[in-house]
Amino acid sequence: MSRIEKFLLLLACVTGLLSLFVYPLNTAGEGIASSPKLQVFCGLTLMIVAVGYALEETVLRYRLLAGIAICAVSLFGAWTLIAWLGIAADTSALAAESAQSGPGAGFWTASVAAWALGWLGVEQLAAVMSRNRLLQLVLRVVIPIVFGAWLLIIWELVTRGLSVPQVLLPSPSAIAERFANSTATLWVDFKQTFLKAVLIGYSMGCLSGFLVALLIDKSSFLKRGLLPVGNLVSALPIIGVAPIMVMWFGFDWHSKAAVVVIMTFFPMLVNTVAGLSAADHMQGDLMKTYAASYTQSLMKLRLPQALPFIFNALKINSTLALIGAIVAEFFGTPIVGMGFRISTEVGRMNVDMVWAEIAVAAVAGSVFYGLITLIERMCTFWHPSFR
Amino acid sequence: MLTVSAICHSAGFQVTDNGGRVWPVTVVVLAIIAVWYLSAVLLNSPFQKDSYKRQKQTDVSLVTLARDTMSQERPVLPAPHQVAQEIYKTTVQKKITSKRSLIFHSWITLSTALLGFVMGTVLGIVLAVSIIHNRALDKSLMPWIIASQTIPILAIAPMIIVVLNAIGIQGMLPKALISTYLSFFPVAVGMVKGLRSPEVSHIDLMRTYNASSWQTLWKLRLPASMPYLFTSMKIAIAIAMVGAIVGELPTGAVAGLGARLLAGSYYGQTVQIWSALIMASVLAASLVGLVSLANRLVLKRMGSLP
Repeated sequence: MSRIEKFLLLLACVTGLLSLFVYPLNTAGEGIASSPKLQVFCGLTLMIVAVGYALEETVLRYRLLAGIAICAVSLFGAWTLIAWLGIAADTSALAAESAQSGPGAGFWTASVAAWALGWLGVEQLAAVMSRNRLLQLVLRVVIPIVFGAWLLIIWELVTRGLSVPQVLLPSPSAIAERFANSTATLWVDFKQTFLKAVLIGYSMGCLSGFLVALLIDKSSFLKRGLLPVGNLVSALPIIGVAPIMVMWFGFDWHSKAAVVVIMTFFPMLVNTVAGLSAADHMQGDLMKTYAASYTQSLMKLRLPQALPFIFNALKINSTLALIGAIVAEFFGTPIVGMGFRISTEVGRMNVDMVWAEIAVAAVAGSVFYGLITLIERMCTFWHPSFR
Repeated sequence: MLTVSAICHSAGFQVTDNGGRVWPVTVVVLAIIAVWYLSAVLLNSPFQKDSYKRQKQTDVSLVTLARDTMSQERPVLPAPHQVAQEIYKTTVQKKITSKRSLIFHSWITLSTALLGFVMGTVLGIVLAVSIIHNRALDKSLMPWIIASQTIPILAIAPMIIVVLNAIGIQGMLPKALISTYLSFFPVAVGMVKGLRSPEVSHIDLMRTYNASSWQTLWKLRLPASMPYLFTSMKIAIAIAMVGAIVGELPTGAVAGLGARLLAGSYYGQTVQIWSALIMASVLAASLVGLVSLANRLVLKRMGSLP
């Protein structure tokens, strides 16, 4: 066992014992006996700790099984803790005299135990050595998901357990509820900002950057002159042109698309120009011995060699485009759009709606990025980084 | 033109190699300025013609028209010299403490960006060090670090500012946090690559010395990661600047370059917008230049540069 695993086991052991025997579950002083499920969880925790200490060698041999079991117990614990919060809120609302009975020390030690188990489980899963391709793939997906789930769980436990004001940070469940209740608004905003401004601006900006790069590539003079300037411009806060674009193109999505075009143009230009000179001299000479025309050597040698660079620019641009469109909406919009909704709902202190909008943006951004990565894998399967 | 090549040079672009870049860059920049003037005339002339018509002025020569389009109060696109005059007026002729001084606003943005950049760099390095030392963190945290950047943080900048304001945290820190969020990413990703860049044989050598993982980190991995660190820091400082500017938008146009942008867009002061924009660009370029200067100095000291 590594040092961190030993530490986590010890932590789970201590916190499990504390919440099972010492600390009360809520501030009213009720013990853990009031929640059988939590008792089960604490018992399971102690069992895992005991097995971990007693049968160390065996456990290390079956890390996959151990990891799955530990993760399952930890998620079960988290789920019961969250459910207990809901029940506690209901009962304290019913019985007015115990209104201040929030979660007590025992609740928090149980939470720490669940979290320590979660990390321990991930630690086991990450240590699994397998030659099975499918298993590797599954693990590569599952481990981050468990980690992300734990981020959400901690968020939920902290915001609801400490009753953080809704205005400050709403809990994930509140955000999810708001999300489900206002899908119509979210969809309209998504259509305005993403489907119109981002997609149109992104494709125009990337395409024009690519075409200009092809033109520049023909002249070494322009290449030497434009590349430093393009590099410089890529480092500038281009987002500042947003108010100017809003003035020129009006409040509707056209101005946002214009901002996106400008933001995406230069990364594409610089990357494509760099990519087009990525081919070896040897390879270029070989094309020459084949008497390949400019178009032929472009299509068969230099564009394929430039693809990794082009996809790099496409990926950078996918996040830039979303940011550009949303920020441009702060400078004036019709009464629809993700940036508009965010700025107005902040003003009305409807923070859960803002988070729902952010969730849409995050999912849209991740899916966009993921799609480009998928296409990249299909197009540049020959590249060393994918083999 | 000297300034342009100086900026390009300071921004880390070799001016002299590759058969001379000064001449092509000069031509390109001159061409950009020429296009700027031309579009200023074209974009501003409809308004100018309209005002001629209202003043019952007929047969205005083309030269007069061109000259008048470049001296409007609120042009659609101000000419470069108008912007230059405005920058001169608001930097040299105003006292630094004045609210109308561009230097005052630039300093506010600059200090925010620098604070955010420092915090982001430290956070990025800490994350990278823990990622290379813990397998579970490597597998679980790395995908989320990448995913974190698909969230348009700038979009929630207003909320972070308003919410932190509500609990009494004001001033520089909330804005700097946005810069931090943006700038930790390139540093974390670059440093993970950099800390893993030493060859296997070198790491094996450290093992034969019975070096602890801390010693390996300090004496082998960190020195080896310096080029990666500086490359990432160049990106990080540029986006820290963007974060600071956008962070200033929702504070209600109080101070800072972002506030100048917002105020300019409210009152149609295009010259003010453009001068803030140019100022921000100059600042960003010189910050990137400073980082690459530090890069050269450090690498020279370490003996990896001739």
